[in-house]
Amino acid sequence: MQLRTQNIAFRYGKEPWLFKNVNFTVDPGEIVGLVGPSGYGKTTFCRILAGYEVPNKGSVTLNGRPIKSKRKGYHPVQLVFQHPEKAINPRWKMGKVLNEGWQPDQQLLDALGIEEEWLTRFPNELSGGELQRFCVARALGPDTRYLIADEMTTMLDAITQAQIWKAVLKIAEQREMGIIVVSHEVNLIQQLCHRVIEIDHLNT
Amino acid sequence: MMPTLTLLNKKQRALIVTILAIVFLMIVIVIGVVLDKESISTNLKHRNASPTFEHPFGTDWLGRDMFSRTFMGISLSIGVGLIGAFGSTLIATILGVISATMGKTADRIVSWLIDLFLSVPHLVTLILIAFTFGGGFKGIVIGIALTHWPSLARIIRAEVMQIRSAEFVQISRKMGKSSWWIATKHIFPHILPQILVGFMLLFPHAILHEAAVTFLGLGLSPHEPAIGIILSESMKYLSAGMWWLAFFPGLCLLFIVRTFDMLGENIRILMDINIDHK
Repeated sequence: MQLRTQNIAFRYGKEPWLFKNVNFTVDPGEIVGLVGPSGYGKTTFCRILAGYEVPNKGSVTLNGRPIKSKRKGYHPVQLVFQHPEKAINPRWKMGKVLNEGWQPDQQLLDALGIEEEWLTRFPNELSGGELQRFCVARALGPDTRYLIADEMTTMLDAITQAQIWKAVLKIAEQREMGIIVVSHEVNLIQQLCHRVIEIDHLNT
Repeated sequence: MMPTLTLLNKKQRALIVTILAIVFLMIVIVIGVVLDKESISTNLKHRNASPTFEHPFGTDWLGRDMFSRTFMGISLSIGVGLIGAFGSTLIATILGVISATMGKTADRIVSWLIDLFLSVPHLVTLILIAFTFGGGFKGIVIGIALTHWPSLARIIRAEVMQIRSAEFVQISRKMGKSSWWIATKHIFPHILPQILVGFMLLFPHAILHEAAVTFLGLGLSPHEPAIGIILSESMKYLSAGMWWLAFFPGLCLLFIVRTFDMLGENIRILMDINIDHK
């Protein structure tokens, strides 16, 4: 189940090309870091990989087969957004948010530090860090082959970061799940990743 | 924390006001329905009586009890307002959702329609439509339903467009949820408060316009106890010093309209998720 992009190019409307001819592969179980300055298209690239945007040229393939953006059913590449408060319906209680895609087991909730009493609260009664744990749990469904962490733990303190990444790495190892990490924190990237790509290399 | 002197929070206060307003409106409607038709029959012995205990709002030049006429008129107005506002809200919701979800052409057509209706004053279109349908209850209701939707349709359109592109809706799609599921679970609960509040705020408009059109003689027929008719008839007698003919019905109309306004505002507070239960 290799995730691969072939010669993808993207731009918003008629603006200049954000990137062209990007070739990129991630193998199952591999953890790849993506670093680069702001505004270089890291988030856009992540959105393309997860099927939120369609590249103007080229294709994204999983195991040799293209991923259609309009496909039905659970998307095997799941993206965790940077801002959890926007990624959660403010009218839903957290229990409903958590179970939208699948039913996480108690073990995962414990690993991510999600407490039982949070499930009956509304999103505006929890902090950003607490919400982000729900977003991570929600994205780790059994059919997730690749997880894209776009500044996933940027707003968290060091201890919580460590806790969440430990849980995610354990699951990734068990399921042979690939992870793409986008972060500005050099230490985090060095700790986690098998391979680091600098975004200006994407820009060729 | 600041020490607060109030016992109740904003939502609890809003809930109490809402319940009181609903109870008040219910009482008015019940009085209007229960009152005997006999009491507005002509009684020439008690013509032009100023307010007494027997006739709290006085009587008119035919000896009809103004209290009964006022409350019957208000019940009728609430009925007209209810049906008219409901029709308007329905049109607004359907057109708003269509224009937000069915592509650019649909959006352009609906936006054009909204602009068209907004560019002509309500009352003019309302009179034209009511006149075309032959006036009376039916004409007024159809007229109100067909003229009051544009601003609400515009709000609903904007709201649906915003929610459709929200991150949590995009995520839901990638979780494999169907469009129908997203529409009912994510989008509809978000626009429901707008619809309800819009409906409530249309209500006073509808009632006032009904009274206005009837006052101009293009609405309900003269033998019906409508507020607009009462007010227009009383014009002739005001100069003769019979102030109660216009004063009490007008005041009641004002109260009712204000109550609906308050109801809309408080329902908005109750459903606003950004005001929490502090």
